[in-house]
Amino acid sequence: MALLSKKDRGLILDPLADNNPITIQVLGICSALAITAQLKASIVMGISVMFVLGVGNVVISLMRNIIPSKIRIIVQLVVVAALVIIVDQVLKAFAYELSKTLSVFVGLIITNCIIMGRFEAFALGNGPWRSFLDGIGNAAGYALILVIVGFFRELLGSGTLLGFKVLGDPIAKTGLYGIGYENNGFMLLSPMALIVVGIIIWVQRSRNKALIEEN
Amino acid sequence: MGLKEKLHSIKEDFKGKKMAPAFNALHTFLYTPNETTHSGGHIRAVDDLKRTMNTVIIALLPVLVWGIFNAGYQHYAAIDAAQGVVREASLFGNFFTWDNFIMGAWTVLPLVIVSYGVGLAVEFVFAVIKGHEVEEGYLVTGMLVPLIVPVDIPLWMLAVAVVFGVVIGKEVFGGTGMNILNPALTIRAFLFFAYPTWMSGDKVWVHGAQAAAGTPDAFSGETILGSYAQNNSVVYDFADKFFGFIPGSVGETSTFLIIIGGLFLMFTKIASWRIILSAVVGAAVMGLIFNGVVDQGWITESSKFYGLMSTPFWEHLIIGGIAFGIVYMATDPVSGAQTNTGKYWYGFLIGFFSIMIRVFNPAYPEGVFLAILLMNVFAPTIDHYVVQANVKQRMKRLKLKTA
Repeated sequence: MALLSKKDRGLILDPLADNNPITIQVLGICSALAITAQLKASIVMGISVMFVLGVGNVVISLMRNIIPSKIRIIVQLVVVAALVIIVDQVLKAFAYELSKTLSVFVGLIITNCIIMGRFEAFALGNGPWRSFLDGIGNAAGYALILVIVGFFRELLGSGTLLGFKVLGDPIAKTGLYGIGYENNGFMLLSPMALIVVGIIIWVQRSRNKALIEEN
Repeated sequence: MGLKEKLHSIKEDFKGKKMAPAFNALHTFLYTPNETTHSGGHIRAVDDLKRTMNTVIIALLPVLVWGIFNAGYQHYAAIDAAQGVVREASLFGNFFTWDNFIMGAWTVLPLVIVSYGVGLAVEFVFAVIKGHEVEEGYLVTGMLVPLIVPVDIPLWMLAVAVVFGVVIGKEVFGGTGMNILNPALTIRAFLFFAYPTWMSGDKVWVHGAQAAAGTPDAFSGETILGSYAQNNSVVYDFADKFFGFIPGSVGETSTFLIIIGGLFLMFTKIASWRIILSAVVGAAVMGLIFNGVVDQGWITESSKFYGLMSTPFWEHLIIGGIAFGIVYMATDPVSGAQTNTGKYWYGFLIGFFSIMIRVFNPAYPEGVFLAILLMNVFAPTIDHYVVQANVKQRMKRLKLKTA
């Protein structure tokens, strides 16, 4: 990728693995637990956050020199709230069913710690292009975990992927269900999402020992 | 050269190799290792982890044997009942029979084998990966698991749950002795939330009920709690309930044998009498409160809680899994409270919440496993406050002395 310098590439790639907002910084957990019962909802949520964080980071970065630091949180909230309303309205217009599934959690993107965290930690101190890359990278790291969790929860909990019955039909008893397999109802409950996230953290830490804190 | 020497010499060959922990586990299962610690100050006692575990297993054996016979007995009794024949339970007349034993062993022993096979496999894998010795912690869990599930649970579900329970309930916290939740109850909770149709209702407690459903030979095997929760009466009398001629999870039915096992555990000082006593008191208190509510007329027969609330408090203690839970699970020394005062609180709240959840749980009229898991989580908190209270008291005494 000659398009990006090595430093800029790090902005995109680091949050995907060793500086992941969910598994390393443990931010944005609430929505990761709430909406990952279906893969589709996870993907849409990931894209929404990517839009909000990418655009929001650029806007904040452009305004960084004129925002009085005493009211910067309010300004940030206004920016992110405006963007979230756009996302919410678009979803309601073009994907009504999905927007009902995501329900309040689209609105709650406002309070997603990742967004305010990136505004504060990055956009206020860097130019718009780098802020954009940082926003996309962090949102991609968030979306990646959402998709992994959503994949396992939908596959094991409902036996489907994106709505397709990949394991067979539970009522007609075809495919795996023919030999006695049953869906795991626990997978559809939020506690299991926490456990899946925990397992991802576990795998990640046992592959990269540098992530383990000394105490 | 005898078997013992042979094993010792193989051990020398294995030393430092990757599979050493797996071999050592098999070795110490048969013989005490011939190495002893030579220096330093030690407390000399024979009750090591393995002996503790074996004592609990001995206390569980009568329950297991009863569970095997009862599985067969309930199966045939339900078939008879479906044809209109009412059976009078008699210990040697129609309970301890070969038919019951064969049918019961055919359904219960696979549960035991799967539980031990899968659980110990997970323990071996983790021991080899982490390079430590295989721990004995699973010996008791593996025996508890088949006793707290319905007889007809599919074996693959049990296997999945055992893997989940041992890995998430125990190994991620660091293995035996480090877990905050009782692994056997973690396994049961997993089954309950993952496959509720196999863990509740009136079709799972008697072998064959699920398969016969919808056919002309259909029979139901509802537990006593299930009947009470729907405001129905039951045909079982006191002796049936106390001695265990009733449907239920494999090992929970016979309160009589559980009491004997409990006395044995208290006598050998494996189980804490404080926890058992206070849990029984807690359950009785909650039961008395509910009885009082009914006596006051605040709850009428139209209420969906009436059936279980009006159950006499002493009957709550002998039906359902509460006796089994209190004796064998609440007393788990790892996940329970450690301080003596804390044990009273811990036990009391287990009993108290067990009956409360049992009465108010709309989906499933039993609560002892949820109550114990809840209190497992709070046990360190209880201990913390007990220790702090003690510290405060001593500080006060010190101040009085020096002032």
